[in-house]
Amino acid sequence: MTLTFIDYLSLIIYFAFVLGIGYMAKRRIATSEDFLTSRHSVPVWITSLAFIAANLGAQEMIGMCASGAKYGLMTAQFYWLGAVPAMIFVGLFMLPFYYGSKARSVPEYLKLRFDEKTRGLNAFTFAVMTIFSSGISMYALGLMFELVLKWSFTQSVLLSAAIVLVYTLLGGLTSAIYNEVVQFFLIVLGFAPLSILAVEKAGGWQGLSSHLQPVMTHTWKYTRHASENPMGVEIFGLVAGLGFALSFGYWCTNFLVMQRAMAADTIHGARQTPLIAAFPKILMPFVVIFPGIAAVALMAMSTGYHLPLKATGGYDYDQVLTTLMAQLYPSGMLGIGLTALMASFMSGMAGNVTAFNTVFTYDIYQSYFNKNAPDQHYLWIGRVTTVVGVALSIATAYLATAFNNIMDFLQLVFAFVNAPLFATFLLGMFWKRTTGHGAFWGMVTGLAAGALTLSLTVAENKGGWIAHLHEFPSSMAQNFWIAIISWTACLIVTILISLFTAPKPETELHNLVYGVTDLPHEAGAPWYKRPGPLAVVVGLVLIIVNIIFW
Amino acid sequence: MDDLRRPTGFLFTLLGLILTLYGLFDSGVRAPLDANINVNLWCGVALLVFGGCLLWLSYRAKS
Repeated sequence: MTLTFIDYLSLIIYFAFVLGIGYMAKRRIATSEDFLTSRHSVPVWITSLAFIAANLGAQEMIGMCASGAKYGLMTAQFYWLGAVPAMIFVGLFMLPFYYGSKARSVPEYLKLRFDEKTRGLNAFTFAVMTIFSSGISMYALGLMFELVLKWSFTQSVLLSAAIVLVYTLLGGLTSAIYNEVVQFFLIVLGFAPLSILAVEKAGGWQGLSSHLQPVMTHTWKYTRHASENPMGVEIFGLVAGLGFALSFGYWCTNFLVMQRAMAADTIHGARQTPLIAAFPKILMPFVVIFPGIAAVALMAMSTGYHLPLKATGGYDYDQVLTTLMAQLYPSGMLGIGLTALMASFMSGMAGNVTAFNTVFTYDIYQSYFNKNAPDQHYLWIGRVTTVVGVALSIATAYLATAFNNIMDFLQLVFAFVNAPLFATFLLGMFWKRTTGHGAFWGMVTGLAAGALTLSLTVAENKGGWIAHLHEFPSSMAQNFWIAIISWTACLIVTILISLFTAPKPETELHNLVYGVTDLPHEAGAPWYKRPGPLAVVVGLVLIIVNIIFW
Repeated sequence: MDDLRRPTGFLFTLLGLILTLYGLFDSGVRAPLDANINVNLWCGVALLVFGGCLLWLSYRAKS
């Protein structure tokens, strides 16, 4: 793939623009909360788009396209069965407590609801995970640009990291969120034409389907047995693992996305955020997964497109997105496509960095190192942490080049780390009796149970370090079942220990737990601004899409 | 800064304008896999329309 002057021009204009947004957001920064939490000042349409953009990192884009080619339309279950129902749930039932508690972060909610050790555990695991995810994603991008564009790994990693650093350092969370909106638009406008061109070239959806095995173009039809579909999962593992444990774990407890909703200007805005975000989220598979499916059809039709191969043999699915772009975009549009890829990388990284600096400053530094400093000190710490966060991400990216196996292992762990947390939050928000000891040991047990399952079972040569008690047909199936087991373990242990320890008095649980919180009144607002009716509409659209592509 | 639609509108209008002009004046530039469609022109116009809509919304709200 070779780029011309016009392609570079788009990229340069985009870089200048994100820096400009950072510079404009800078004027608003006076206190640490301005910098780290945007102090409840962001309009709802902006938080909504940022809510999904923070999750649309480059790895997500490349990975979803790759999975589209590998597993077909079943990949859309990550959106239609996974993300969207969880987003409806968090908007309806959980944000009143996150936002209403006035916590500045998700770990801080745990401190208010339970105790210091619960917060500490959550803050620490979140901080570590954020840095590693950010580094791994940077590594993936650097590798991709090296392979496709022959750019040097070091230069592309350092340049993109430097730009993210400058704009997050200038304008903090506000700058990251505002840029995420622009990045979201770029992602959609840069990738949607690829999807349209690829599907059109393959003869439309009908023509495309006729060149593929039927399992590639259905979501539910081939899930009765794990052997029917390439993902190797059956309906129970799919619904309970992906649809429940994994997705609710991620979308309902991960501070990276919740921070966007919590930045909304009112509690109503916070609740609407994931519900409004659900509409574009339902449509994302058409943009990110369809090109992957079409790529397989294009190869079967002998159009001249070939799936890229690995040096070791077998298809290199991670390259489907970029090779397709090189084949279907002429110079000019190619620049926009690459800018979109760069934008997705930056939105993911800025999301990680802004969540990391908030958790570190408030939940680790302020609670364990220096409790009563003036606010300007925390603002300074927030800025320093931003720099440190980016530096650690870069270090991780280089670490990944040397220790590939460790990174593989970490990704397997990160895949289930949020699942047990959902049990903690569910009990914490809806059962007054839940205690801090119960929550803490439930979380520990949940993580341990997940790690143990990973060590005792094997799938695609991964896991099973202690023993091979069971072999899963695919890594996906293994991942789903680990999430189910660790969620269940956390739930049971939290309930048992809570029953034997003393709960907090009800007077301390206002705005934290269902039943002792005055829920916000929505009466008088038009239906499209009320969470209930919005959720019903999202649900209906979701059901229709599921029926069409079942 | 309060109205994000305006700077975003300018960005997409500019990107769209460049791509549209490229598609018009260098209309022989085609993708390797599909030589029938002038992708730059179509996508450029789409970006231009999107940017224009954002600007229109922004200026309408102001006045």
